[in-house]
Amino acid sequence: MYTQAMDIPDPAQPAPATPDLADPAQLARFEAVLSGGGRIEAQDWMPAAYRKTLLRQISQHAHSEIVGMLPEGNWISRAPSLKRKAILIAKVQDEGGHGLYLYGAAETLGARRADLIDALLAGRAKYSSIFNYPTLGWADVGVIGWLVDGAAIMNQIPLCRCSYGPYARAMIRICKEESFHQRQGYEALLVMMRGTGAQRRMVQDAVDRWWWKCLAMFGPPDADSEHGAQSMRWGIKRMGNDELRQKFIDATVPQAQILGVTLPDPQLKWNDERGHYDHGPIDWEEFRSTLAGDGPCNRERIATRAEAHENGRWVREAALAHARKQQQRAQGAGT
Amino acid sequence: MNAPTDYLLQLADTALVLAQRNAEWCGHGPVLEEDLAMANISLDLIGQARYLYQYAAAGLGGDASEDRLAYFRDANEYRCLTLVELPNHGPRSGGAACAPDYATTIVRNFLHAALMALLWAELQHSSDTQLAAIAARSVKEARYHLRHCGDWLLRFGDGTAESHARAQAALDHLWPYTQEFWTPSPAELAACAHAGAPHPASLHAAWDNRVDAAIAAATLQRPPNCGFLCRGKFGQHSEHLSYLLAEMQVVARAHPDAVW
Amino acid sequence: MSTPALKDWPLWEVFVRSKQGLEHKHCGSLHAADAAQALRLARDVYTRRQEGVSIWVVPSAAITASNPDDKAELFDPAADKIYRHPSFYDLPDDLGNM
Repeated sequence: MYTQAMDIPDPAQPAPATPDLADPAQLARFEAVLSGGGRIEAQDWMPAAYRKTLLRQISQHAHSEIVGMLPEGNWISRAPSLKRKAILIAKVQDEGGHGLYLYGAAETLGARRADLIDALLAGRAKYSSIFNYPTLGWADVGVIGWLVDGAAIMNQIPLCRCSYGPYARAMIRICKEESFHQRQGYEALLVMMRGTGAQRRMVQDAVDRWWWKCLAMFGPPDADSEHGAQSMRWGIKRMGNDELRQKFIDATVPQAQILGVTLPDPQLKWNDERGHYDHGPIDWEEFRSTLAGDGPCNRERIATRAEAHENGRWVREAALAHARKQQQRAQGAGT
Repeated sequence: MNAPTDYLLQLADTALVLAQRNAEWCGHGPVLEEDLAMANISLDLIGQARYLYQYAAAGLGGDASEDRLAYFRDANEYRCLTLVELPNHGPRSGGAACAPDYATTIVRNFLHAALMALLWAELQHSSDTQLAAIAARSVKEARYHLRHCGDWLLRFGDGTAESHARAQAALDHLWPYTQEFWTPSPAELAACAHAGAPHPASLHAAWDNRVDAAIAAATLQRPPNCGFLCRGKFGQHSEHLSYLLAEMQVVARAHPDAVW
Repeated sequence: MSTPALKDWPLWEVFVRSKQGLEHKHCGSLHAADAAQALRLARDVYTRRQEGVSIWVVPSAAITASNPDDKAELFDPAADKIYRHPSFYDLPDDLGNM
């Protein structure tokens, strides 16, 4: 689960303004692979800026999966039925797995997972801003599945065709596994909407709180997106922010009607001329301030990840120490 | 003959409460790979609990259901082993805050899985065919849990000075609670007499062998059999279960008529 | 002999046989301190949806890979050896399957 508003410029590491001075023959080969719709593999030559942009995007994506375990994980202990508890654990677990596959893809570019995690915990790396909002009720779990994962799928499916092979392959595995995430969320909401008045109010309240955040997840309008054009040309990004957002809205409105909830936008209506739904203005100021660190849960999310990482240090060291001793014992026995 | 409902509940409550404890690590594990592994163990245990509650509910009839049994019974009606309800850290009073400790989690799971691998293997031969079927699938899971925790126990014991000390402290803390394993509850005696379930004490020697071997391989010390004899199986619990259930049951109890 | 300090568990490549009779296929990587642990963790990471019946793990550092710069001389020469393929041979239709 994650979405488009990735590849967020990192102020600590500005993207190089000039193309790197590469061997023209290598650059031509690289460009030829891209324009032929081919894939770049880990050991192939690639421009430094391509490598850097990919690394930033993939690691931000991986961080989003890991931080994204927290808002939903918040409800595992209180899931109101055993079936929902099992589904939620399996889903949060999948997100951990997706983070793992993505860190793996980033590692093929020469990064180390430990360094990427250090950057996240030090506040030097970005992740999807959506996870900086709180999950306040059980219905939030369903709404996250339906809307947040729904938005993520919109973005992730085109990424299965990403020009970088290891990333594209990770995305294929992720999309396969994610296919149940949105369905389980929507189904949980359907059951609640057929239930008591209090359950229906919980669902509507959660939709009211998450709808605009989900629209912002697709990132600022394409005109404002600094990396968009280059990433499109490189095949790292396959569709524009606005195009994906529109696709998401068009797909979601009928789903909301079937569910029986109201999407909290009075300007939301079908535009026959465009063949799409029109929507009201998104509060980009709030998006930017959340991304910059001033959302309701930014500090809590990072502090929680940092504490888990610190609490686990001795566990990781114990395994390494044992492995080394085993190796030494084997060598000792051999001589 | 079939096993008494209380016996099924004892097994189900133990599985569910341990799943709830293990699931506290989901998203907070020491390393990503292990986060996934522990979540798998929680899912296995929830699965076992659900089969057992569903079977118990079918026997009880009326409005009984897996969720009625899990969410609408109080701590004194729960029949889980005290070991599984303890928090994921060293000894503290109920409600006291303390950083979670993976050694406590691993040692607890190890002591419990060593028991369940034996118990489920025996229950496959129960005259209660439905219980035997549940046992046949659960025994594989318990054996895997035992392997998972045994691997970690070895790494903790053999790893660093800190991991060794933590594993030994967890063992010292949790060991007294294992004495409850061998004292039969009325439900266990009934299951033993009528449903071909093993007498708890009959598993003690095999458990000792298995646990002693793992403790020795990990260069840890087996604590002496002493301390308080807890009675969770009799419905007399530690201070911790009520907190665990309060959290687990809060949404379900706020909406008693709801379907999820 | 002292091993250099490692900040991270080493990386392993994971190969899974999806069912009996098929080959092991590369499915991804993971970190683990040793081989036994890598195998166990691979089970939890890569076979959660019954994807496999057998797993191999290989230290990523133990893989020797061909150099992409050699692609042309290694693989292009095979392109014109079309006589290695059955479709190269024109046989009468009434021969049936051969």
